[in-house]
Amino acid sequence: MTAELITEAGAAPEAPARGRQVRRRLYADRMAMAGLVIAVVMVVAALAAPLLVHLEGQDATTYHPELLDSARGGVPRGSFGGAGGAHWLGVEPTTGRDLFARALGGARISFLVAFGTLIVQILLGVGIGLAAGLGGKVADAFLGRLIDLAISFPQLIFAIALLAIVPGTFPRPILLMMVIGLFGWGGTARLVRGQVLSLRTRDYVSAARLSGASRTRIALREILPGISAPLVTYAALLLPNNMISEAGLSFLGIGVRPPASSWGQMLSTATTWFQADPTYVLVPGLLLLVNVLAFTVLADGLRTALDPKAPSLRGGRR
Amino acid sequence: MTRYLLRRFASTVVLLLVMVAFVYVIFYALPANPAVLVCGKGCGGGQLAAIDHKLGLDQPEYVQFWHFLEGIFVGRDYSSGPDVSHCAAPCLGFSFQNDQPVLSLIGQRLPVSLSLTTGAMVLWLVIGVSAGVLSALRVGRFTDRAVTAVSVLAFGAPIFVSGMLLLMLFCGYLHWLDFPVYVPLTDDPAAWAKNLLLPWFTLAIAQAAVYARLTRTGMLETLSEDHILTFRAYGLRERRIVGRHAMRGTLTPIITLSAYDFGYILVGAMLTETLFGLPGLGQLIVQSSNNVDLPVVAGLTLVAGAAIVVANTAADLLYAVVDRRVVLT
Repeated sequence: MTAELITEAGAAPEAPARGRQVRRRLYADRMAMAGLVIAVVMVVAALAAPLLVHLEGQDATTYHPELLDSARGGVPRGSFGGAGGAHWLGVEPTTGRDLFARALGGARISFLVAFGTLIVQILLGVGIGLAAGLGGKVADAFLGRLIDLAISFPQLIFAIALLAIVPGTFPRPILLMMVIGLFGWGGTARLVRGQVLSLRTRDYVSAARLSGASRTRIALREILPGISAPLVTYAALLLPNNMISEAGLSFLGIGVRPPASSWGQMLSTATTWFQADPTYVLVPGLLLLVNVLAFTVLADGLRTALDPKAPSLRGGRR
Repeated sequence: MTRYLLRRFASTVVLLLVMVAFVYVIFYALPANPAVLVCGKGCGGGQLAAIDHKLGLDQPEYVQFWHFLEGIFVGRDYSSGPDVSHCAAPCLGFSFQNDQPVLSLIGQRLPVSLSLTTGAMVLWLVIGVSAGVLSALRVGRFTDRAVTAVSVLAFGAPIFVSGMLLLMLFCGYLHWLDFPVYVPLTDDPAAWAKNLLLPWFTLAIAQAAVYARLTRTGMLETLSEDHILTFRAYGLRERRIVGRHAMRGTLTPIITLSAYDFGYILVGAMLTETLFGLPGLGQLIVQSSNNVDLPVVAGLTLVAGAAIVVANTAADLLYAVVDRRVVLT
């Protein structure tokens, strides 16, 4: 009871004002807004992929050998990889499958895996971070070491190792989320632990403890709301990272399996075509690049908006 | 100091042992039938039983783990009747697909990875540090903003995309270089360097972005310290202040990070090596994973973990050597 009174008295009046301030700062950040627009457009396009592909009148799996020049090893006829009214981004060399449909399929996989991985990372990171920060000396010593280990270990190598032993029948996108998440929670846990250590000596937390609140209750009701701002910015930064991890694993041939498409997988087949059909390389390459940059800039803008004193990726005065 | 070293050494050893156990559990204890994974695709029942026996998979788990450990420290024999394959210490396993100990596979690939990592590191240190210093000296002005913008772009770009774009530009469009083919340094140094240029720059661009940011921050911090102010008041030349005194404070974190990055990239340049077809350690782990050649993946995972652990320890020690104020406890 006491605890509730204190937190509500402390937090309630300033909360809406702070939200408005953050939004105003974010809107004023042109780079972040550009990132936001691109990110929203891409996510909407990925969600509406079946509709858009239907609108184009194509699909991701039909072969179109008639569009290929067999004399030149199966390069699409026409300039820009056969792009035009019928195939908006051209077709794939040797198969003639529609690139627009495949690129949108790649977008769906990219966002699906990136968001799914984020959930795994946040659950593991917040859980372990809270446990380390609030669990007492022994738990902190053990979990702290575990967090160090998780951060310093080569994520991609372990992901590859794990992917090698899982049977091929396991649904690949879910497997990717689990594997990337399992090796990528260290940063979140370290952030949460650090925040918890600084918050748990605050008066309102002591008040809650004295009024008899349980440890779980303190963790969930008192501490967690206090660390939400840094957590949100950190999570936003994890997203583009997860997109890169998925694309990377698929590029190496260990990620998403055909017939599903992924930007990384498209890029790996495009490696041999960069001279004959540059469009085939540029479509997945630029999509991945633009998306990663958009999400990164947006996350950075969010961080500056939530905490103007924090050092920004984009330098600033200092 | 001695006590610190001893403790650090002990914790490194413990960490390595934990890793060995972890790798063992993942690759040999967890899978339902490791023989299938070890043998690869298309192995029959008779072959499987032979492999089970040869690898000692028909023995209890703890005996197997003991043999696994024994192999690492003193070597072991894989035998089934007359067919004996000896695997000398440190035995990281035996690849039946290649009919070779994992260690000799790694030995064949190591020169490639070393060439790639060393060259790239020289480049990223030169580019990153000079860009960072330049940026710090012109803080807030055009140069600084340009460096910062470029480094956000370089850092954000996935390495296989930036590498592919470089490939398109220099091989496909300008025709200045051919598609890289690895030539050993001992065969032809000029061809070695020419073929590695693109992979080097691909790695260096991404890394230089991090180092530029680190240098810029460190430089700005050091330049605002009191002793620099004193040097300025004495009328020391700016070049000397920046080059000798401010640089010293800036270099410390850079050297530690380099030690770590070197260990990581030596075994973990999978994307770059796959893109450019370089037969290094990173490509080996990817190929083995795709071929389900499990002993190689397990061995390389161990090597990678060990490289990181050792690099981390080296980085901490270097920190104390470079910065005398740091007391290791």
